[in-house]
Amino acid sequence: MTQYMFLLYDSEDYDNISAEEWERQMKLHGEFSAAVEAAGARVFGGEALQRSSTASTVRQGSGEPLVTDGPFIETKEALGGFYLIEAKDLDQALELAKLVPAGNVEVRPLMDTSEGAGPPA
Amino acid sequence: MSASAREVVEQVDAAHRECWSTVLASTVRLTRDLDLAEDCTQDAFVQALRTWPDGIPRNPGGWLTTVARRLALDRLRRETNLRRKLPLLIEEPSAGEDDEQPTDPLRLVFTCCHPALARQAQVALTLRLICGLSTPEVAAGLLISEPTAAARITRAKKKIAAAGIPYRIPADEELPARLDVVLTVVHLVYTAGHVAAGPDLTRADLTGRAIELARMLVRLMPAEPEPQALLGLLLMTQARGDARLSDDGELVLLADQDRTRWDARMLAEGVARATGALRRGQGRFALQAAVAGLHVTAPSWEKTDWHQVVRMYDAMLLSWPSPIVALNRAAAHSLVPGADLAAVLAELDALGNEPALRSYAYLPAARADVLARLDRADEAAAAYDEAVALTANEAEQRFLRRRRNALPVAAAGD
Repeated sequence: MTQYMFLLYDSEDYDNISAEEWERQMKLHGEFSAAVEAAGARVFGGEALQRSSTASTVRQGSGEPLVTDGPFIETKEALGGFYLIEAKDLDQALELAKLVPAGNVEVRPLMDTSEGAGPPA
Repeated sequence: MSASAREVVEQVDAAHRECWSTVLASTVRLTRDLDLAEDCTQDAFVQALRTWPDGIPRNPGGWLTTVARRLALDRLRRETNLRRKLPLLIEEPSAGEDDEQPTDPLRLVFTCCHPALARQAQVALTLRLICGLSTPEVAAGLLISEPTAAARITRAKKKIAAAGIPYRIPADEELPARLDVVLTVVHLVYTAGHVAAGPDLTRADLTGRAIELARMLVRLMPAEPEPQALLGLLLMTQARGDARLSDDGELVLLADQDRTRWDARMLAEGVARATGALRRGQGRFALQAAVAGLHVTAPSWEKTDWHQVVRMYDAMLLSWPSPIVALNRAAAHSLVPGADLAAVLAELDALGNEPALRSYAYLPAARADVLARLDRADEAAAAYDEAVALTANEAEQRFLRRRRNALPVAAAGD
């Protein structure tokens, strides 16, 4: 089994989202989680994020860390949430990623940082 | 029985050509670790050089597989992170540690051609892992620099390991989508062997491996027309192999080949497979096979149906536009009786801006041919020089120099 993070990128255009639409979205995510379990894979983490305009960035360069407003994105789609998934292999992870109710899903393997693990491949 | 040093080197060399991918693929199946498997396969060949002087094994491939897999197991057991790797050992060798499965190389091909890898990485990786090409050979085959080839291979291997790209043949329903990439890669492997870098015109190991892979794909997917078309295309090209070289080892173009030297049986199979594929679809390889078929069924070069050839290239450009197809189309266009050669030259000149063709010897060679026919000998000579500088194949270089020296104006040869 390999562990992956699914990074969910989508439009943040949900100013006037209705209660029904919200419920529908949550239901879709519930169905996604059920599909993962049904496939013999596992969700071991995941959260939705507040919109990117609520974010702050701490920039670490030379000298004092600098706190600024927001991330610096030019694209229409922002990181809106994530899942942590354990799957058999990348093929299974990609099949599951196709079921995520989000515009784009970046599938990224997690790095092993446990004791005894070597530097990343 | 002991063997002479020379005999051993020859046998190891032959085994490297014939067995590299099966030994590697079988070792990958055991370790699920490409780098480890590659190291151990390499080491098995080194051990062969040391051990075979005492007697060459009757089954060199089996011997090499056994050694490579044992080396891999030893290394896995020794490694401090054994616990981390153990779950990857899905198939402990049971009955025979040296067992090879006929589909092992195909699994490795599908791994190398996984859609999560960039197309360029897929090709480089297949040449390296399936065909055992060195990094310089991969670079030459793909018209890229050595550092670029090395970086592509390394990155792709790291991604396979880190992202958990599986080592398997895709399920039936996934096959069609995964197939096109694999066919492209197999075709490129053949091309790399058909015009190899170095003193020999061809590398039979590469062309043979490509044909073998194409046959495997046909067996695996008998209902798919494109593997049939690719196999037909490769067989028709291969059938002309002997006629590509004159008695004194010089390159002979299709136009000047002695058609009686073509392998009739191989041609017949190639034409039959291409025809069958064309009846079921007009995919990329079906169209390419159609062009090859028009060539081999024509009574002579002059009597080739060039109009039809150009039409096939037009169809190809529509669905799969590529600078190489455009170059081939222009070359065929120049051969249509009464063609406007100035227009063809303009087509070729426009292709000079294509980055993919910048180091491709066939572009200046085609320009040289058209310039010569337009009686612009000086420019033709310069274009031949350019082509000579771009090909790493010595037979091709000699051929191009001969053409250059046959130009009517006595441009100083080298």
